[in-house]
Amino acid sequence: MKMTFESDAQLQAEISLLFSQYAACIDNDRLEKWPEFFVEQCFYKIQSRENHDRKLPISAMECDSKNMLVDRIVSLREANIFAEHMYRHIISIPLILSKSENEIATQTNYLVISTLQSGISHIFSAGRYQDRLVRIDGQLKFVERIVIFDTNSIRTQIVTPI
Amino acid sequence: MIGAKSGFNDNGINWPDDSEGGYRVPYSVFMDENIYREEQKNIFRGPSWSFVALEAEIPNRGDFKSTFIGDVPVIVIRNGEGGVNVLVNRCAHRGAAVCRKLRGNTSYLECVYHSWAYDLDGNLTSVPFRRGMRGKGGMPSDFSMAEHGLKKIRVQIVNGLIFATFRSDTPDLEKYLGARMVGAIKRIFNREIEVLGDERQRIHGNWKLYAENVRDPYHASLLHLFHATFGLYRSTQVGSCVMDELGRHSLLVASQGTSSEDDDEDAYSDQRSFNSKFVLQDPSLLKGKRDFDDDISLVILSIFPNLVVQQISNTLAVRQIVTYSPNEFELVWTMFGYEDDDDEMRRIRIKQNNLIGPGGLISMEDGEAVELVNRAITHGSGDSSFIAMGGGKAESADHLITEGAIIGFWQHYRELMRI
Repeated sequence: MKMTFESDAQLQAEISLLFSQYAACIDNDRLEKWPEFFVEQCFYKIQSRENHDRKLPISAMECDSKNMLVDRIVSLREANIFAEHMYRHIISIPLILSKSENEIATQTNYLVISTLQSGISHIFSAGRYQDRLVRIDGQLKFVERIVIFDTNSIRTQIVTPI
Repeated sequence: MIGAKSGFNDNGINWPDDSEGGYRVPYSVFMDENIYREEQKNIFRGPSWSFVALEAEIPNRGDFKSTFIGDVPVIVIRNGEGGVNVLVNRCAHRGAAVCRKLRGNTSYLECVYHSWAYDLDGNLTSVPFRRGMRGKGGMPSDFSMAEHGLKKIRVQIVNGLIFATFRSDTPDLEKYLGARMVGAIKRIFNREIEVLGDERQRIHGNWKLYAENVRDPYHASLLHLFHATFGLYRSTQVGSCVMDELGRHSLLVASQGTSSEDDDEDAYSDQRSFNSKFVLQDPSLLKGKRDFDDDISLVILSIFPNLVVQQISNTLAVRQIVTYSPNEFELVWTMFGYEDDDDEMRRIRIKQNNLIGPGGLISMEDGEAVELVNRAITHGSGDSSFIAMGGGKAESADHLITEGAIIGFWQHYRELMRI
């Protein structure tokens, strides 16, 4: 698969747009669409910085296929019990770490503010994304999205993806 | 004073009588600041063994971990002889935290405030300007270094689980745990373990609501709907809920009741889907492998006051309760496998970890359940819960439709708290 990337500025704008669409998908509760940002054989993980820095494998969520992402969402909708909440993602400008013919690696900061039914908002998670992206049929998709959170002590539970 | 009659006592708690065949717990016991302080004194600094660390977390000399017993900060550290010390993390001088890192390795401990230094056994080894400077200042001439070490508390270890107690009269650890609970620990900690990582969960609720939750097999299939939703019905599951002599510890066990023709690969999978609207798109999540020489697929071992040891399918973990206030505690999960796990087994444990912890498909609800109760009882002074499932007595059961172990917890709690 041969891909040609535009100039860095164009590429960065395109990646930023993708990340904004990703965030809007979650923040606007269109979670059923969320797996569509990934390729079939993807890897998605939400891991504490504490474990990441110790090079330990345990994560809060780890999915190694798009189907597992789908299962997460069905479980969230149908099975899991949690406090009703809204997420608001604030995302920094992506830093392009490397760019090959086939793949782009980026790192991006995020902040997730969660608002409960009570109307009280709090910072639920602060951290960074480490991503690997490919272009399929003209569209950038995640091969890998690793969410590394600084907020090591998770408030109550985590059910909605970041 | 087990079975104390109702009426106000020194703590100002009005504990209602058993009634209508059930046991009652007044909600004020979860909310009261004074009760919280009394718990710190009578339970966490009382005649109880608190879990502080796994030996596997501090394998080498000088390895340390900072943690808490109740809300007292402690350092768990391996000394020069390879033994384990638990030291109160508070300088003997003016109380500053001596160890400011979560984990690490060191050859000595030094307070940053005035550089008082201690060895790995907590002995004070150096006080800057102890003799003053040019004849001025300095400590009194009768100041004894030997009497100003870090407070060192009693430590005992069973199969790699490190416990500590502030009291000299706490019975030895194995006696405190009881033979049955020691047996359950030895079954899981039967060989060298490998720590796979921690997860931390900050729950805005009283720690005793969680102590009730882990002694309550009744809620499992009702609150945690993952298996039922995806048609992963466990038709053959049988279980029991037993306590130690005093009722303070609880051991919940469930087995799959697998027959001999089942091969090892299928022992824990039990993916018998039947009429269900939903099916897992990727059932590799539940792929398991036999870990033990028995059919037990679930163990929730609750050790009073702050530890849960769990086996859920192939996931193994300890959960430590750290209290912060009447309305807040942290649950620290340490997940592990065995040192001799092959790559496949390790991968299975990591993947199944999706089931447990704060993001666990079958366990995330417990944090919310605690908070649901906490929110509703904040203004519930005078009211009490009603616990009667399984007979309303602190009795062990050969089934899972019981709340007996919750009552066992409370009876022991009341004895320690004298309420």
